[in-house]
Amino acid sequence: MSEALVTVEAAGTGSTVPAASGARLFWRLRAQRAALVAAAVVALLVLIALAAPLLTAVEGQDPTTYHPSLIDSARGGVPVGSFGGIGADHWLGVEPQTGRDLFARLVYGARVSLGVALAATVIQVVVGVVVGVAAALGSQWVDQLLSRITDVIVAMPLMIMSLALLAIVPASFPRPVLVTLVIGLVAWGSIAKIVRAQTLSTKGLDYVSAARLSGWRTWQIARRELLPGLAAPVITYAALLVPMNISVESALSFLGVGVKPPTPSWGQMLTAADVWYQAAPQYLLLPAGALFVTVLSLTVLGDGVRTALDPRAASRLRVGTGRKDPAANARADVGQTAGSADVTKKKEASA
Amino acid sequence: MSGFGGFLLRRAVGTVITLLAVSVIVYVVFYATPGNVAQITCGPRCSPEQVHQVAERLRLDDPLSVRYWHFLQGLFVGQDFSTGTSVEHCAAPCLGESYQTGRQVLDIILGKLPVSLSLVVGAMVLWLLLGVGTGVLSAWRRGRISERALTAVTLAGTATPVFVIGLVLMIVVCGELQLLPFPQYVNFTDDPEQWAWNLLLPWLSLALIEAATFARLTRSAMLETLAEDHVRTFRAYGVGERAIVVRHALRGAFAPVIALNANNVGSAIGGAVLAETLFGLPGIGQELVHAVAVVDLPVVVGMVLVISFFVVLANAVADVLYAVADRRVVLA
Repeated sequence: MSEALVTVEAAGTGSTVPAASGARLFWRLRAQRAALVAAAVVALLVLIALAAPLLTAVEGQDPTTYHPSLIDSARGGVPVGSFGGIGADHWLGVEPQTGRDLFARLVYGARVSLGVALAATVIQVVVGVVVGVAAALGSQWVDQLLSRITDVIVAMPLMIMSLALLAIVPASFPRPVLVTLVIGLVAWGSIAKIVRAQTLSTKGLDYVSAARLSGWRTWQIARRELLPGLAAPVITYAALLVPMNISVESALSFLGVGVKPPTPSWGQMLTAADVWYQAAPQYLLLPAGALFVTVLSLTVLGDGVRTALDPRAASRLRVGTGRKDPAANARADVGQTAGSADVTKKKEASA
Repeated sequence: MSGFGGFLLRRAVGTVITLLAVSVIVYVVFYATPGNVAQITCGPRCSPEQVHQVAERLRLDDPLSVRYWHFLQGLFVGQDFSTGTSVEHCAAPCLGESYQTGRQVLDIILGKLPVSLSLVVGAMVLWLLLGVGTGVLSAWRRGRISERALTAVTLAGTATPVFVIGLVLMIVVCGELQLLPFPQYVNFTDDPEQWAWNLLLPWLSLALIEAATFARLTRSAMLETLAEDHVRTFRAYGVGERAIVVRHALRGAFAPVIALNANNVGSAIGGAVLAETLFGLPGIGQELVHAVAVVDLPVVVGMVLVISFFVVLANAVADVLYAVADRRVVLA
């Protein structure tokens, strides 16, 4: 721990506006053991998701075929055999009632969870950056309008809005795409706020004024002078959005309005798991464990990325974990931490 | 004191504007979607006559601004609907009526509100106690093994979805150990003791996650205060560690905790939806999930409005409390 701290502090003296070059991010991440382990776990999960067809081919199963012969309908649909039907054919057993292969559903579920979460994060980042930069560079009227909308978006509870939006789209729309769009379009408010604040503080700096005076157009300035400075805060926040998006997707699917069968998703697998936990405990434990490990490693990695990109935040607290809270309340957090930071500044000013 | 009054007035006006903005956005999102709005609103099970009736009621031929105006009118002064044969009155905060059951949306929500309020408020008390307590403990014992353990536990807490914790709690406590019966909602007015016992697990599964967030916030706020110069001066004068932690560092954590608590109301309501569905509690969340599943749009829109209203209000109240805790905010 102390070793990591020294490295981080040494790195922190280098630059005031942390640059987000890939190499530097990697070197700073290397200094944090927990973040490295988390990164390895995330990489493994991504690999499993990408290789899902390969893995299931090796097992010789697929996620959607019913195996009526493997379930005991006389006992209400419990899998035949001990431990929920685990064996050479079905590595993790079969799903109660349907007999679908659990291993195949689990690895294909990783595709849905990670795919939806990452794609939703991309949408959130793109919309957030566009709105934030437009608000900061546009006329006062544009800024007022966009900031108001952002405020409202931040104020609306993510789960509730996502749930409600899922009601107005026809059932024929492909579900995973729909869930991605809904999560992506509901939760971009925090990124927009960060980007607006950051852009406002950079646009008055000399090098931006110089670019403007030499006749650059606004969008040229935005692209060449402002966006590079936005990379660090945006990457930091996006890293925290990914685990949050995974939680939301799994929650919506758990409620039965997200990703629907036959497409597997971890949250959806848990919908009926409590009924079967005695006969087939792995039907509950595997998706729950997969969700836990995925969200935890992404959260730790997100924390690590933040420490790597903003070393001062970590060293200020002297002990590891940093100030802001990850995943669970990420959307609420931004406005708030920004608010309390303001207050701290005001305190300093009045003292 | 006039400064404080002015601050209150500014906050009140800001809150009203935000609420209006919420209603505009909700209206536009749900009633100005591409496609057959009347069909979507009425739901998949409506007959063509019903769809036609809904289209008339929503005045789909009018421009959007006129329709929104009628919608606002319904919210503030009520509305009269003609159902073909008779005229039906929908009183002041009119949120419309369900096309599936024919009941007024406001009645549905009010009927379910006690359950959801019991759940969220109880959980809030629990997570403040647990979270702030853990945070204080872990800031106090910083650098020791118990502090590391607390940090690990809170991290694991933030990474677990509500329904996973709830599932595990329910299976272990009710299923395996049989310490508690499977939760079943009992009215507080009927039997307060049974009410609390039955809500204990839902409270816990909501509170554990939020408590983890509060623990981290309290801890970092306290560590920040403990690192300040005036605390070092207290130490130099020989003020005891316990007094420093409780009297000074905890005070530093007060304002951020209030602020975070307000912001968490939204995520707590989201969590309540999960807890209600998981434990079978007949609250707003369960009704919302049902309404979404059967595409009962007036119910969905009404609930989104009411919940957003609560969240915006909670934020406004928190802002005021924040200002009471730290008067310097008012001057800015």
